[in-house]
Amino acid sequence: MSSDGNAVLKLAESRREEVDSVVVRFAGDSGDGIQLTGGRFAETTALSGQDLETFPDFPAEIRAPIGTTYGVSAFQINFGSGVIMTAGDAPDVLVALNPAALIVNIEEIKAGGLVIVDAGSFSAKNIQKAGYESNPLEDGSLEKYRVFPIDISRLTLEAVSVADVNKRDGLRCKNMWTLGLISWMYDRALEPSIEHLENKFGKKLPEVAKANVAALKAGHAFAETAEMPGDVRGFTIKPADFAPGVYRTVTGTEATSWGLVAGAQLAGLKIALCSYPITPASGILHVLSRLKAYDVTTFQAEDEIAAVCAAIGASYGGALGITSSSGPGIALKTEAIGLAIATEVPLIVVNTQRAGPSTGMPTKTEQSDLYLALYGRNADAPIVVLAAHSSADSFDVAIEAVRLATKYMTPVILLSDTYIANAAEPWLVPDADQLEPFKVNFRTEPEGFQPYVRDETTLARPWVKPGTPGLEHRIGGLERSDVSGNVSNDADNHQLMTNIRFNKIAGIANDIPLQEVELGGDSGQIVVVGWGSTYGPISRAVGHLRDEGKAVSHIQLRYINPLPKNLGELLARFDKILVPEMNMGQLSTLLRDRYMLPTKSLCKVTGKPFRIIEIEDGIRAALEK
Amino acid sequence: MNDIIATTDLTPKDFTSDQEVRWCPGCGDYAIVKSVRKALAEIGTATENVVFISGIGCAARFPYYMATYGFHTIHGRAPAFATGVKLANPELDVWVVGGDGDMLSIGGNHTLHVLRRNVDLNILLFNNEIYGLTKGQYSPTSREGTLSPSTPMGSVDHPVSATSFALGAGARFVARSVDTDQKHMPLVLKRAHEHKGASFVEIFQNCIVYNDATFADFTERATAADTQLHVEHGQPLIFGKERNKGIRVNHDILDLEVVTVGKNGVTLDDVLVHDQTNRTLAGWLARMETPNFPVAIGVLYCNPSESYETGVSRQIEDAKQKSPSQDLNSLLKSGHTWTVEPH
Repeated sequence: MSSDGNAVLKLAESRREEVDSVVVRFAGDSGDGIQLTGGRFAETTALSGQDLETFPDFPAEIRAPIGTTYGVSAFQINFGSGVIMTAGDAPDVLVALNPAALIVNIEEIKAGGLVIVDAGSFSAKNIQKAGYESNPLEDGSLEKYRVFPIDISRLTLEAVSVADVNKRDGLRCKNMWTLGLISWMYDRALEPSIEHLENKFGKKLPEVAKANVAALKAGHAFAETAEMPGDVRGFTIKPADFAPGVYRTVTGTEATSWGLVAGAQLAGLKIALCSYPITPASGILHVLSRLKAYDVTTFQAEDEIAAVCAAIGASYGGALGITSSSGPGIALKTEAIGLAIATEVPLIVVNTQRAGPSTGMPTKTEQSDLYLALYGRNADAPIVVLAAHSSADSFDVAIEAVRLATKYMTPVILLSDTYIANAAEPWLVPDADQLEPFKVNFRTEPEGFQPYVRDETTLARPWVKPGTPGLEHRIGGLERSDVSGNVSNDADNHQLMTNIRFNKIAGIANDIPLQEVELGGDSGQIVVVGWGSTYGPISRAVGHLRDEGKAVSHIQLRYINPLPKNLGELLARFDKILVPEMNMGQLSTLLRDRYMLPTKSLCKVTGKPFRIIEIEDGIRAALEK
Repeated sequence: MNDIIATTDLTPKDFTSDQEVRWCPGCGDYAIVKSVRKALAEIGTATENVVFISGIGCAARFPYYMATYGFHTIHGRAPAFATGVKLANPELDVWVVGGDGDMLSIGGNHTLHVLRRNVDLNILLFNNEIYGLTKGQYSPTSREGTLSPSTPMGSVDHPVSATSFALGAGARFVARSVDTDQKHMPLVLKRAHEHKGASFVEIFQNCIVYNDATFADFTERATAADTQLHVEHGQPLIFGKERNKGIRVNHDILDLEVVTVGKNGVTLDDVLVHDQTNRTLAGWLARMETPNFPVAIGVLYCNPSESYETGVSRQIEDAKQKSPSQDLNSLLKSGHTWTVEPH
């Protein structure tokens, strides 16, 4: 059906239009299954060979009251035949399953963009609940968009009549009807989604599976055969130009977890992940708890402190101790991290950052824990800090975290964020057999052993598994004598040990790659320095300005402590240094501190990733000054 | 308890480190470390398989004085570190040492959870009812009205009973001993070691500087026979110099009472027989206090069930049986993948 009988037109496959890239946002109530819809669409898009980036954006409430604006869940996907590095600035298409989803998202939609709404949900009550004074579908307020109202609710209920489900369960298939419709528009196969639904519900709830599949097919058939307005076309998008190989989609949560498993295998260790549930970091606990066959032990501790302490205990016992959390949880762990620094025990701390301070906005992204990572402990307590810049990159960074923690007997903080954790992107799956092993050599030789005798190059102390005969020794948080490890309050010894702890971490700069320029020349008018998930939008923004002929470069930091040896000298070659961050300028102050260079901050703390245009504007503004 | 077999003849000296002991002269901790070394020598676990984990406080200096593996950690968290050690290597013989402030105040949460999880650890709580290392503030086990630097008018909060807490947390082994009782303590320590799971031992420890003689009401040698009840599984709950006082249930008030055998028609048959698997009885015994009751000493409760790390290891073994491959490539390629062919 259509709201406008005159525009009714049947579309033939031949009328598909070819486009390079599209941004689609699905939005609805938190109970509408929006994340599932988006996830399925992302998967079939990936299987179609296009590049993509997703942005799941959901409320902190599990099931907020139906129809309210704070219960709106959204999933944005940018996909195309070219290189996709962000989830897209302004969506071309919005699918809104109720008035609240419309009012929350409409401002961000491109002018002239397609807005598909479930007209069946636009009851007077829902319209009022969303905060509209009149029905936006009728009052002309949506003039600048192409609005396509469909009674998805009714059509879904009709479609699911083939299955034995009640009205409530039937209506919950709305998301699959929508997926069917959008799948037709972008020429997506339904089979992978049908297979997914049958796997998910098939055995236990066969009628629910049947209803979902029926809704999916009905949405598809509606678009294919039924009436669509003349300007709503089907599209084709060419596959992206990927390097040959095996691909999959991966989220930061998955890539981090698998990277830790890979790192542990390369080090020859078993994993003990000790964590306490916290949004948005719990995913790592969930993924790893299913990998027991890979010698992964997971421990859901009683609190954040117990989690990090158990992880340190596990490392002391000879496993790879890991703890994962988000800002508020990391804050609780700081004393124990200091102990791991003092006793020089390997530890991986994954911080999936979220908007703060305090509880803040638990489901929204931010990069505001850089100070916490660098400085958030009592006394002089240097630590290794690494940052992943994308979902796929998390795999490599996790392996590097394990390498450095075990080689240097030190805690390593791995910074991720909500965006990276949840976003999916295609990933050229690496061949695990090609990864370079870095097997840990536990000390077993009693001759000449002392707990704090050091490797001359790395300054690392020996790692001894309790149970090793002849090497019994005690470690602890009290300051210890160099070499012997005996408790010491000696003044000169404390200075010496503090220096050693500092130099050990600083010396890691000799063991990490020199900083490279991501895009552009190694000198010029301006360099944009990023870390973490700002990678995508910075990369695109710098690319666009370079296309305009501007001498802009992009540097992305993976190593934040220690910084690469050549970074200061490299940055000094640029006239201006712009540092976009989802915080109030934390990396910027670090760079100023280390290199006495006049960095300029571009700050955004809205809980949402940078748009490309925001960074472009920032670069232009910086160039003009 | 663990499966490591004793291989050599060990003496207490083998468990004595070269570090000078720095507790105050006359501290009850000296007697405890002596008993622990003696018990370990008798148990016979090789020194390299023994690990002592502690938090912060006077008691927490303990690992430095043992010639085993040791980790002096942070305040209150020793049970969590010890849990991690057992996850890494379930075969190790891990002992946790802490005071009443460490394990019942700042670390109360971890004590609760390590007990309910039943991690195979020997947990020794040195209870001296005071904060020693911070110079004498009242602790969570201090009696009401305790005068201390932070409570100059006397403390107003109610103390926690360590053993009642442990039983409430679901501990499967709860015992008590007294620092100076060098005969009794090694026996209790060996029982704790034998028990597979979390073994909780409260040791009444005298702080000679800040809380001297706080337990004198039941530890004075002259009166101990009348103020302590040494419980033994299968034996009647009898105490007293004359061995004629007993504990029985008063059904009218549903509580224990002290009776004298041979008086008012009370016979030995009326006296309760200790059943270490009876949690209700253990709860009753834990609550007995002077002056109305003797203080119960010995193994109040011992009723083993599967220990935490055993269950964890079992799940890992099961998972490995189901998917024996640990091949990383198969993990990375699990789920939907697609192949881009060379152009």
